[in-house]
Amino acid sequence: MSAPTLELRDLSVAYRVRGIDRQVLRGVSLAIQPGEAYGLVGESGCGKSTAAYAAMRYLPRNGAITGGSILFEGRDISAVPEAEIRELRRAAISMVYQNPIAALNPTIRVGEQVAESFALLGNGRSESRRLAVEALRRVQIADPSKVMDRYPHQLSGGMAQRVVIAMALASSPRLLVLDEPTTGLDATVEAEVLDLLRSLIAESNTSILFISHNLGVIRAMCNRVGVLYAGALVEEGATATIIQRPSHPYTVGLMRCIPRGGLDKYDSHLDTIPGTPPPLGTPLPGCVFVNRCAIARESCATAPTPVTDLGNGHTTRCPYHAEAASMPRVVASEPVTASDEHRAERGRDLVTVAHLSKTFAQGDGDVRVLSDVTLSLRHGETLGLVGESGSGKTTLAKTLLGIHPPDDGSILAIDGKALGSTIDDRTAHEVASIQIVFQNPDSALNRRHSVTRIVARAVQKLAGATPQASEERAQSLLDSMSVDPVLHSARPGQLSGGLKQRVAIARAFAGSPRVVVCDEPTSALDVSVQANILNLLADLQARENVSYIFISHDLGVVRYLSDRIAVMYLGRIMEIGPAQDVFDGPHHPYTEALVSSIPDVDGETRVRVRLGGEVPSPAAPPTGCVLHPRCPRRIGSGVEDLCTSTEPPLREIGPGHAIRCHLDVGQLGSASRAATA
Amino acid sequence: MSAERDLRAVARAERDRIRSERLRQLRRNPAFVVGAVILGIWVVCALIGEFVVPHEPALVDILSTNKGPSSEHWFGTDVVGRDVFSRVIVGARPVLVMAFLATVIGTVLGTVIGLVAGYFKGWADVIIMRILDAISALPVLVIALLALAAVGGSSQPVTILIIGFVFTPIIARTVRAAVLPEAELDYVAAARLRTERAPHILAVEILPNVLPPIIVEFTVRLGYAVFAIATLGFLGVGVQLGSPNWGSQVAENYGRIFADNWWSTTFPAGAIATLAIAINLVADGIVESFEQ
Amino acid sequence: MGAYILRRVGLALVTVFLVTTAIFFMTHILPGNAAERILGNLAERENVLLLEKQLGLDKPVLVQYTSWLGDAVRGDFGESIQHRVPVEKLLVPSVGYSLRLALVAFLLTIPISIIGGIVAGVFRGRWIDRAITVGGLSAAVVPEFVWAVLLVLVLGVNLHWLPTNAFPGTDASVPEIVHHLLLPSVALILVLFGYISRIARAGVVEAIESDYVRTAFLKGLSRPAAIRRHVLRNALLPTIAVTASMVPYLVGGLVAVEIIFNYPGFGGLLLKAVQYRDYPMLQSAVLIISVVIVGVQLVADILFAVLNPRIRQKVSQ
Repeated sequence: MSAPTLELRDLSVAYRVRGIDRQVLRGVSLAIQPGEAYGLVGESGCGKSTAAYAAMRYLPRNGAITGGSILFEGRDISAVPEAEIRELRRAAISMVYQNPIAALNPTIRVGEQVAESFALLGNGRSESRRLAVEALRRVQIADPSKVMDRYPHQLSGGMAQRVVIAMALASSPRLLVLDEPTTGLDATVEAEVLDLLRSLIAESNTSILFISHNLGVIRAMCNRVGVLYAGALVEEGATATIIQRPSHPYTVGLMRCIPRGGLDKYDSHLDTIPGTPPPLGTPLPGCVFVNRCAIARESCATAPTPVTDLGNGHTTRCPYHAEAASMPRVVASEPVTASDEHRAERGRDLVTVAHLSKTFAQGDGDVRVLSDVTLSLRHGETLGLVGESGSGKTTLAKTLLGIHPPDDGSILAIDGKALGSTIDDRTAHEVASIQIVFQNPDSALNRRHSVTRIVARAVQKLAGATPQASEERAQSLLDSMSVDPVLHSARPGQLSGGLKQRVAIARAFAGSPRVVVCDEPTSALDVSVQANILNLLADLQARENVSYIFISHDLGVVRYLSDRIAVMYLGRIMEIGPAQDVFDGPHHPYTEALVSSIPDVDGETRVRVRLGGEVPSPAAPPTGCVLHPRCPRRIGSGVEDLCTSTEPPLREIGPGHAIRCHLDVGQLGSASRAATA
Repeated sequence: MSAERDLRAVARAERDRIRSERLRQLRRNPAFVVGAVILGIWVVCALIGEFVVPHEPALVDILSTNKGPSSEHWFGTDVVGRDVFSRVIVGARPVLVMAFLATVIGTVLGTVIGLVAGYFKGWADVIIMRILDAISALPVLVIALLALAAVGGSSQPVTILIIGFVFTPIIARTVRAAVLPEAELDYVAAARLRTERAPHILAVEILPNVLPPIIVEFTVRLGYAVFAIATLGFLGVGVQLGSPNWGSQVAENYGRIFADNWWSTTFPAGAIATLAIAINLVADGIVESFEQ
Repeated sequence: MGAYILRRVGLALVTVFLVTTAIFFMTHILPGNAAERILGNLAERENVLLLEKQLGLDKPVLVQYTSWLGDAVRGDFGESIQHRVPVEKLLVPSVGYSLRLALVAFLLTIPISIIGGIVAGVFRGRWIDRAITVGGLSAAVVPEFVWAVLLVLVLGVNLHWLPTNAFPGTDASVPEIVHHLLLPSVALILVLFGYISRIARAGVVEAIESDYVRTAFLKGLSRPAAIRRHVLRNALLPTIAVTASMVPYLVGGLVAVEIIFNYPGFGGLLLKAVQYRDYPMLQSAVLIISVVIVGVQLVADILFAVLNPRIRQKVSQ
């Protein structure tokens, strides 16, 4: 057998931070065979990106290889001179990055940058340009010569990533390293980029190292996967095996955190992994996972755990792997149930939004970001708000909160009483009754104020309490969010992401709100922390009978928490209905495309429904149905002309289930049913 | 729970270490140490200089003009026989006091204007920025000259006010630039969502977060205030006539530089240079410790 | 793009207008007046009033302002109170001399500062970086006249390397003129170098740490090639704007340096005009200074927009 394309042998990497070497990779060994796609998963800070860059032998200024070796096609490249590494990067190893627009030089035309990759292989100037056009065509860019003349900021994220891929493939590399290549892209764009990568890989013998935090993406792309935790590879094996029969307590915990298989908040709490990962560079003589492990023995903390081979290339670092699959749950499975009194209120409308539009003045023209949105939010329910960037979901939430006023003629009401258009027009009680949990707790919490102060001030202003009473109430609120009292005097910067988000939730609940907008509250968090937050939100809802507007791009999370779901596109509600119906279909063509684009952890193969082209600018929305230029179901529907000329109304197709589409129900598809069929 | 307690311990240890490391780093930064020592010496001179100088700084002695450095006159004597050493020592006070007060005035005004312009944006911002642009279209020195001419006096309080005034737009611009992204952060929206008024948001929420650039700007401006005051003194405006001002000392004795008397120009010039550089080195050290 | 340039020119005119207006009112509204100043504190009241009438100072400020503005637009800057000759007769040649000095200083400063900044940025954290940044900024905070004194003493009086008189006469040749301007220019350069090189350095460091330069390295470009092709252009764009914003400092420095070197530029004229409250002279000098400064910044703004594709696209929409 020939040598693996890439092999890491007992590789250790350290970063020097404030004069101390901190271990980022701890003796990682893995091998990628020619033509193999190898996935590396793990949560933030586990060292997966470091591993990716180590494969390119590119480390930050303060990083150094402290042990082991990196072998490319059998040759140790961990210490060869810079000129030889450059030769490898030029001709044999390429990389695709997480943030494609930033990865392109903002002042140089795209074509020139792609051509540079070919010029580096010894091609002449005009030949390089010709090859660049060719390369852009290969990554399915429709009008390559036009894109050649653009600057990076004129490209969408998906388009920029295609350009980066074209550059990476210029040399027909033997190894392609992909570092979270679709993170930050919208779901449908992500699906297209993954499709493209799959087809390009299939036609070559390139080996792949694919870094991702998303197991669904890894499942879609890789034959084999390694699980990284605190810089150590804890488990490795065939992707399907690892997902179906994980044999390390960390992997088991990870799989239990992910809301999947149509699970919702009434079924069960999500399980979590207790504690937090060790800080960067903590000395760990034994198993790296020991202090969070439910089945750890005393010896695990002191003695290194050897690799156990489970056959078929499946290895684990846990000596007690037999118990891993059946290890006890951390969180009780039964969710909190609402009181009868609260349940009696369910189904009644709390908030009504009617004909809500929002126009922003932008330069010379106006941009209508929300167009005639009508919906209601009921007592104690979660309304999931789904849609890709530019759909207007955050604007809808902010308008509801009164952060900016809606256009004239819009109607907002709570409990049947009209709401003022901005915060200044609302009573303190009204302001307190609609609150928000922001996406990014680092932005949402004042980093100069203590945790208690942040929450107490909210209590004081929203509940009208005295400063002293506010402080006491803040303490008890924080207690009920499981924020340890010793942390109450801390500043946000000293807390982990999950704890910060708990503080933010405590603040939102300071004035006993009726509605809490959750704007992507877990998207900045790792899955194990996300599970904790989702459990907390579900419990709070059951106890307080609060209603949520839950915005998320993660459909699994939306499905777990939502009673009803609204799907938005270009400022319009395209579909709204009970969560189950929206997911199962028949649904709006846009919903269908969205649902079918999600890479599923359980590997269910769905029929991919593609949207053509790119999202149009909200400044110039298409005529008729705004989806019509991209709609996969319009052609052959018999109502093509209607779609291009008339905007369809929201039309009820089932109890409480409405879609904005001209097509008959019989002509609509169902992403989920296609899977089972 | 115990895991979170661990976390807290780690967090606190981390914070303490960063803080003590920041201090240690400052102490290990040779440029900062040199700057701090020189600045310290000048501050001492400003405080007690007039009580310890060997000669009366203003005493004119026509019998011993243009005498070179000696054990009697360490820095020699100037064109009218005054002791250069004594004049340099007592010259520290006016420049330090004026520079400090002028910078405080400029920083306070600039911070208020910058906060308002950066937070409210819209018309307030447009008008403020246009006026600031206009002020910045002239050299600081020229504005100071014109203002002093217009006011007609050369009193120190007027000079302090004028330098504070010309610093205001510069500091306002820095503060505004820091406030703009800060005001977009969600904690500001969160404050509005608990019915906080604008003054509270500006003073309690945003101000603490933009303090680092303000502190940096203050130290940098302090150095430039020394620069401006010395130059005005040299040009013969903005300082009391006959006061032991370093800039005036250079101006009074500069004519002798080609003849025989290098000391009565060089020592006050050196005093200006060392003070300005010392403040700059301290500022540089502070900037670097914030960047960590 | 055309609309953008027009808008920028409009804004620049507004700024110049605001400046001159502010200066006019500042010098006229405040207590004390030129006639008193010229005649001295002990002058007879009627003499003062007579002189005021001659100079037009007895009319309401607004009338004085509009007539001054009207004349200025027509190119008539009035007569110097102090010298009793048309202002432009004195101002035009001296501004010419000042421009000469400023040009020599600026043309030397820009390449030296940018190269210094690039070297510091590329060798970030090494001793040469510390030397350039700490040394450059330390030099920048020392006033020009202090540098001038020290330079004259060391390079001129002691070492005889450079001539200490800046003005070789009206019929000197160009190399001679430049040679004599070197010493005052060095005093100005020492102050400007620190600021400009710091910005160039910051641009280089930011670019080197950027994702797109990482892409360049991982494409297989060598370090020098990556710096040449991907760092410099992005790094130097912001330097244009900052260099233009240094022009006011340069002008301020000119005043002090010209006086030290007894150079016949506008600095001495301005200082005398301030001391004698020679309003027509003051206002005209300020007008010229602000036109020069705003003009340079205008050119820099437009240049920045032309060279930066992101801005270029924004402004042409």
